Amino acid sequence: MDTASFIFYLLATLLVIASLLVVFLRNVVHCAMALVTALLLIAVMFVTLHAPMLCVLQVMVYAGAIMVLFLFVIMFLNPGALEQQRGLWWGFGTLLAMMLAGVLVPLVATSDLPADPVAATELFGSPEMLAKSLFSDYVLPFEIASVLLLVAIIGAVVLAKREN
Amino acid sequence: MIALHNYLILSAVIFSIGVIGVLIRRNLIVVLMSIELMLNAVNLTFIAFSRYLGSTDGQVIVFFVMAVAAAEAVIGLAIIISVYRHRQSLDPQEMQLLKW
Amino acid sequence: MIVDLAIITLKAVLVVAMVLNLAGVLGWIERKGSALIQDRIGANRASIFGFAGLGLVNTLIADPLKFLTKEDFIPPKGDRFLHTLAPCMALFPALVTFAVIPFGDVLNFGERVINLQVASLNIGILYVFAMGSLGVYGIVIGAWASNNKFSMLGGVRGSAQMISYEVAMGLSVIGILMVYGTLELQDIARDQGTLIRDLMPSWLSFLTPIVGWLPAWGIFLQPVAFILFFTAAVAETKRIPFDLPEGESELVAGYHVEYSGGKFLMFFAGEFAEIVTAAGLVTTLFFGGWQVPYLMRDGFHFPWGGTLLLPHLLIVLMQVTAFTVKVVFFCWVQILLRWSVPRFRYDQVMRLGWKMLLPLALLNVAVTAIWIIAAQ
Repeated sequence: MDTASFIFYLLATLLVIASLLVVFLRNVVHCAMALVTALLLIAVMFVTLHAPMLCVLQVMVYAGAIMVLFLFVIMFLNPGALEQQRGLWWGFGTLLAMMLAGVLVPLVATSDLPADPVAATELFGSPEMLAKSLFSDYVLPFEIASVLLLVAIIGAVVLAKREN
Repeated sequence: MIALHNYLILSAVIFSIGVIGVLIRRNLIVVLMSIELMLNAVNLTFIAFSRYLGSTDGQVIVFFVMAVAAAEAVIGLAIIISVYRHRQSLDPQEMQLLKW
Repeated sequence: MIVDLAIITLKAVLVVAMVLNLAGVLGWIERKGSALIQDRIGANRASIFGFAGLGLVNTLIADPLKFLTKEDFIPPKGDRFLHTLAPCMALFPALVTFAVIPFGDVLNFGERVINLQVASLNIGILYVFAMGSLGVYGIVIGAWASNNKFSMLGGVRGSAQMISYEVAMGLSVIGILMVYGTLELQDIARDQGTLIRDLMPSWLSFLTPIVGWLPAWGIFLQPVAFILFFTAAVAETKRIPFDLPEGESELVAGYHVEYSGGKFLMFFAGEFAEIVTAAGLVTTLFFGGWQVPYLMRDGFHFPWGGTLLLPHLLIVLMQVTAFTVKVVFFCWVQILLRWSVPRFRYDQVMRLGWKMLLPLALLNVAVTAIWIIAAQ
C-alpha cells in the first residue's frame, strides 16, 4: 500500500469512528468534542485533496467558530442530565440510516467515475485561485451569502433576546 | 492510488451516520450537530470532485456551504435557546403543542 | 532527502525550544518585573547554597519542581478524560502557531538555500488564525470538565471573549494583507525591507523628503491596524486588562480553579507561549519581522547614499538577532501592560470588542481600499 492510500484509510477509519461517537455518545459535550475531532480530520483530508485554503477555512469556521458557539450554548443552558437511551427507537433509527447507506454506497461504487485525480498545478486550491473564481464567476452568490449572514445575525439577536 | 469512489463511499457513510443522529437523538443540540456532520460529508464529496475533475467550482461551493452552515448553526442555536427558555427542556418530543 | 528532513526537524526543534524557553524566562521577567514596577524585591526566597540569582533559582528551578511534585487533583464529579485533555489543548495551538512566523531571511549554506521559517505556507496568516481559534477549546473544555461553578463562569466568559476579539483581530490584519498583497508571512516580512519612498504615489511625492527614508514597516503604513491588532492580541492572551475568564477577585481563578500540578503548569506555559506568539506576530506584521532597517541581502544600503557590504553569515545573524530583540521587546510591553492597568468590567470588554475595535477595523479596511485605488 502506498503512502497516499495509507493516509486515506487511516483518516477514513478515524473519521468514521469520530462520527459514530458524535451520534452514540450520551453526553452532549462529549458529542461536541467528537464532532470537533471529525471536523479536524475532514480538514486534514482537504489538505490531501489539494484544498489548503478550504482546510484553513474549515478549521477556522467550523472548529473555531461554529463548534465554539455550540459549546457556548451547551454551557449556557447546562442541560446536565444524560440523555435517555431508548433501545427500540435507537435500533430502528440506525436500521433506517443503514438502509440509506445501503442504497447510497452501491450507487456511487458502481457508477462510472474518474479513478485518478487531474494533475494539479501549484496554484490549485490556493487563495488566489479561489478568490479569482469567487469574485468573477460567483460574485452574485457571494453577495447573497453576505446578505444571508447579515439576516442570520439579526435573526439570532431577535430570537435569543429576552423579552421584557 | 485512491479513486474517487473511495471518497464518495466514505462520505456516503458519514452522511448516513449523520442521519442516524437526526433520527434517534432526543437532544436538539445533538440533532443540530448531526446536521453539521451531514453537511461536512457533502463538503467532502465536493472537494473530492473538484480534485478529480480539476475544477475550482467544487471548492467555491464548499465555501458557500460553510457560509450557509454558519448561518444555520446561529439561527438553530438561537431557536434552541428560546425553546429552552419556554419549556426548560431540549427534548424534541416535548414540543408537541401543535399535535392533536 | 535525509539532510532536508534533518534541517526541517532542526528548525522545528529550534523554534519550539525558543518559544518554550522564552516562555520560561518570561515567568521570571513577570515576577521580577512586577516587583520592579511595584517597588518590591520580588521572588528571592529559594536559593542554592545562598545563591538566589536575582530570583532565577526561584522561578526557573523551584517553581517548576514544586508544580510537578504537587498532587494532580481531578474533581470527583468532573470529567477525568477531558480534564486531562484540556491543558494540552490550551498549550498546543500556542506552540504550533510559531511555525509560520519567519525568524530570518534565507541562509545560503553551500549549495543549499535554507528558508528560516519552519513551514512556508501560501495561506500563512490564515493558519495563524485557524490555530488561534482552536485555543479557546482549552479553556472551555477545562472549565466544563472541572464541574465547578466558578470555572464554568470563567469558561463562558472566555469563549465569548475570545470569539469576539478574533473577529476584530482578523479584520485588523486585512489592511496589512491589502497593502502587501500576500498571505505568506515570509513575503510580508520581505516586503517590509523596501523604503516608503518607493511606494509613494506620484501626487504625494512632496512628502518624500520628510518620510521617504522610513522603511515600509507595517506600523508606518497601517498604524491604526497595529493598535487594533495589538489590543485584540492582548485580549486573546486573556491577561489583564482582559483577564475576565480568570478574574481572581470574582471567579477565584476562573477556568483553571480545579487545576493543580503539572496541568496547571501547562495552562501557565500556554499563556506565556501565547504572549511570545502574539509578540512574534506583531513583530512580523508591523515591525519588519527580521528586517534591520536598510540591511539588504549583501549589506547596508542607506537611503542617503552610503553602502556597507557585510558577509552573508553576519547578515543572517543580525537578522535573527533583530527578530529576537523585537519579540522580547513586545513580550516586555505586554508584561508592562499587565502590571499597569486595572481589569475591565465584562460589559466594557464586550463593548470595546464589538462597538469600537470592530467598526474601526472595518473603517480601516475601507480607507485602505480607497487609498490603494487612489495610489494607483
